[in-house]
Amino acid sequence: MMTALTESKLLYKGPDWDFDLIRRVHEACGEIGVGEMGLDPYPNQIEVITVEQMLDAYASTGMPLFYRHWSFGKEFARNEALYRKGYQGLAYEIVINSNPCIVYIMEENSATMQTLVIAHAGYGHSHFFKNNYLFKQWTDADGILDYLEFARGYIAKCEDRYGQEEVERVLDAAHALQSHGVHRFPRKRMADLRSEQKREEERRRHGEQLFNDLWRTVPVGKRKRDKDDDARRKALLGLPEENLLYFLEKTAPRLAPWQREILRVVRLINQYFYPQRQTKVMNEGCATYVHHRIMNRLHEKGQIDDGAFLEFIHSHTSVVMQPGFDDRRFGGINPYALGFAMCCDIERVCNDPTDEDREWMPDIAGRGDAYGALRDIWANYRDESFISQYLSPRVIREFGLFRVVDDEEQEEMNVAAIHDERGYRKIRRALSKHYDIAYRDPDIQIVDVDLAGDRKLILQHRVLDGITLEESDAEKVLQHVADLWGYDVKLVEQDDNGTLHAEHSASPRRPFM
Amino acid sequence: MHIIDRRLNPGGKSFANRQRFLRRARAQVRKAVREASSTRSIKDAGKGGEVSIPTGGVHEPVMRRAREGGVRDYVLPGNKKYIEGDAIPRPQQGGGQGSQASDSGEGEDEFRFALSDEEYLDLYLEDLELPDLAKRQVAGAKSVQWRQAGYSVSGPPSRLSVPRTLRHSMSRRIALKRPKAEEIAALRAEIEKLEREGGRFDELQKLRAELEQHLARAKRIPYIDPVDVRYRRLESNPKPIAKAVMFCLMDVSGSMNEHMKDLAKRFYSLLYLFLNRRYEHVDVVFIRHTHEASEVDEQTFFYSRETGGTVVSTALFKMAEIVRERYPVDQWNIYAAQASDGDNTSSDNAVVLAQLKDVILPICQYYAYVEVGMDDEDDHPGAGEPSTNLWRAYRRIAADAPFAMRKVRHRRDIYPVFRELFAKRPEGVAAESA
Repeated sequence: MMTALTESKLLYKGPDWDFDLIRRVHEACGEIGVGEMGLDPYPNQIEVITVEQMLDAYASTGMPLFYRHWSFGKEFARNEALYRKGYQGLAYEIVINSNPCIVYIMEENSATMQTLVIAHAGYGHSHFFKNNYLFKQWTDADGILDYLEFARGYIAKCEDRYGQEEVERVLDAAHALQSHGVHRFPRKRMADLRSEQKREEERRRHGEQLFNDLWRTVPVGKRKRDKDDDARRKALLGLPEENLLYFLEKTAPRLAPWQREILRVVRLINQYFYPQRQTKVMNEGCATYVHHRIMNRLHEKGQIDDGAFLEFIHSHTSVVMQPGFDDRRFGGINPYALGFAMCCDIERVCNDPTDEDREWMPDIAGRGDAYGALRDIWANYRDESFISQYLSPRVIREFGLFRVVDDEEQEEMNVAAIHDERGYRKIRRALSKHYDIAYRDPDIQIVDVDLAGDRKLILQHRVLDGITLEESDAEKVLQHVADLWGYDVKLVEQDDNGTLHAEHSASPRRPFM
Repeated sequence: MHIIDRRLNPGGKSFANRQRFLRRARAQVRKAVREASSTRSIKDAGKGGEVSIPTGGVHEPVMRRAREGGVRDYVLPGNKKYIEGDAIPRPQQGGGQGSQASDSGEGEDEFRFALSDEEYLDLYLEDLELPDLAKRQVAGAKSVQWRQAGYSVSGPPSRLSVPRTLRHSMSRRIALKRPKAEEIAALRAEIEKLEREGGRFDELQKLRAELEQHLARAKRIPYIDPVDVRYRRLESNPKPIAKAVMFCLMDVSGSMNEHMKDLAKRFYSLLYLFLNRRYEHVDVVFIRHTHEASEVDEQTFFYSRETGGTVVSTALFKMAEIVRERYPVDQWNIYAAQASDGDNTSSDNAVVLAQLKDVILPICQYYAYVEVGMDDEDDHPGAGEPSTNLWRAYRRIAADAPFAMRKVRHRRDIYPVFRELFAKRPEGVAAESA
């Protein structure tokens, strides 16, 4: 068998695989991915797992270890029910943005699927994680696993010390706010995650050393009242602040240190996922394009046979299928489909542009070296800018994209643009906006605190296009904010013209102390 | 590149999370489990399975935009016929069309997931306990279980442990340097050889002396000595009674209709489930009666028709007879559940009471009487329920015996009645069982 394989250059025959085969496949993919396409992935760590372990991984957002919380149990239960009843297949792989890059592969996959998965995750995603500017800027691939370990340990310790229920309450509140717990703009360089743990220990030690009861008795001079008290107060508190968790962690008056630390844990972990939310299309597009290239080249070089190639094509086409809006299977735009189509289109524009392409993308049209252009794009864009720059009229036509405006005031919805000369730009702009996280997540900021009076915290939702917050959820989240803050909280929904849309308020019911 | 095989890692990584989730949703899950039981078929009553709970309790709120209102703007694929400026009627439910509407499934009212058999039953039978469980277990300590427990130096020949004995024998032989059979044989052969070839006399003499010594030594040190002998030792352990028998008594005379039988059946299956959890082995005996009683199989019990009068005491006699024949009281926990519509020949009541009091109740752990009625019978219990013949009779002994009686009219009553009958009592029995 071995001799037959080496003679015919085939990597494998049939669906069976073993560890040696995985190694050979990884090498062969590397020759193409790194050698021909010039990718620069992290070293890979491939882990073989079972179905149950895959469900486990699903439950903890794909991470190999996570702190404990009931919501992950719920997630597991949901996925398990769906999977057991056959409503939902499992992903073939999960990949983790860490160094080395961890790729989970399922034991049930056939040899071809393992090859596909290694090409997709081990070279595609891994290259993207290592090179995209958002990931470089925001995530610390070297430290994430250590930090998760710390988080898990820290929260378990808190549970021992303060009781499961108390910790759960803090986590519930933190989770409710986690979409508003990210810094959207880099301020100072984040300390790397490894030193986070040290920092927390040092701070506690320092506090213990400095404690001196005498200071309490020293009389404090009366504060002078400033004229522009307002501005000064806001500046001191760093208001307005859109990172609610950060603000509460730093300034909520009544939280215990461990509660602040838990807020911080949730915030930092969420910050780590922030780039992934902004690069779904590009990340999947990159990985899909890479696996497509690699599998094709393997077939051209005679390293996989026709049967394997057909199996690959079958699974590839179902991944990149985009059902139309009127299809029962439609569930939004498939990021794999759009990303893959755009990457292929960029390759075409580089090598074989039409006049239209020259007009729309003069910077890359006909420049050759498609791999170089793609690498450059993968490194320097996110979904929103990627689409607004590189969604070509051709892809718009292929997808039959059209824009519909649904105004509450009108009786019917209105088709605002279709794939024609007048529509391309409008569609491109509209679609790009949909991938802009800052637009998709409601813009909520802490605008003021009544320091002199009853310490009421005032939040503002900047209403866009007249869309207010989902009421019942907003109230519940606000309740969590009130509990964390310890005093009354008000949320004002206002648009840029100053029109008030809604107002919610909450008082702490069981404040954290 | 490394490859790591994680498949053998201990599973159940999410177990702690699952427990937390179940604890959080406990009240709702319990309710769902109990509601589900009324719609399930009897066969599946004890199996785990899917339950759905309202999302409310396990909902995770986040700040997000409302689904309706304002100016929305979608980019959709798959345009076939629209041109700019077309008007499209708004879809009914809002969902489906919107690109953000349906991706996370947040809008569900119900959260469905599967419970394992164990989890299901735990919730289902939570807070219940078998009455008088403890008493019989202690009393039943008479029966013993023999267990292998090491070796002893005395015992019957049938329990001789040959390997042990030979092991001891061998170590003794080695320690005392008993000459081996081969050594003696070799010596003999050498002597013979010297004799044949006419070797030197003194050498021959020396060898002969040596042989002599060897033989004497082999005689003095026996191959197997009484001190080597070992027997497999047995130890007796008191054995808790892990067996229960459940008697299902049912009136099958003409007055019992399908609805009533169904109620009875549900009650029996619950009882069976419950016993099954507590005992290693549960036997079920079905006794049906009209004016005479007979033991039948389950199918016949529930589904075949019979006509005749109603003489309850026959069933009790039958039960006593079966207990005598097959279920010695010191080895079995005996439970009885009787279902009837309450009819009995009036002259029989005295016999029933006597038989119950003197024979049945003393040997029973628990005796439950369920009176099944029609669904549509009077719905205002205040209006003086017509108490039946049997009910009145039983009420006289109900006070001071392991005896319980309830009325059931509707399917949905079964479970509450069952819970009531087997509810954990605040103190008493439970304390003793420790």
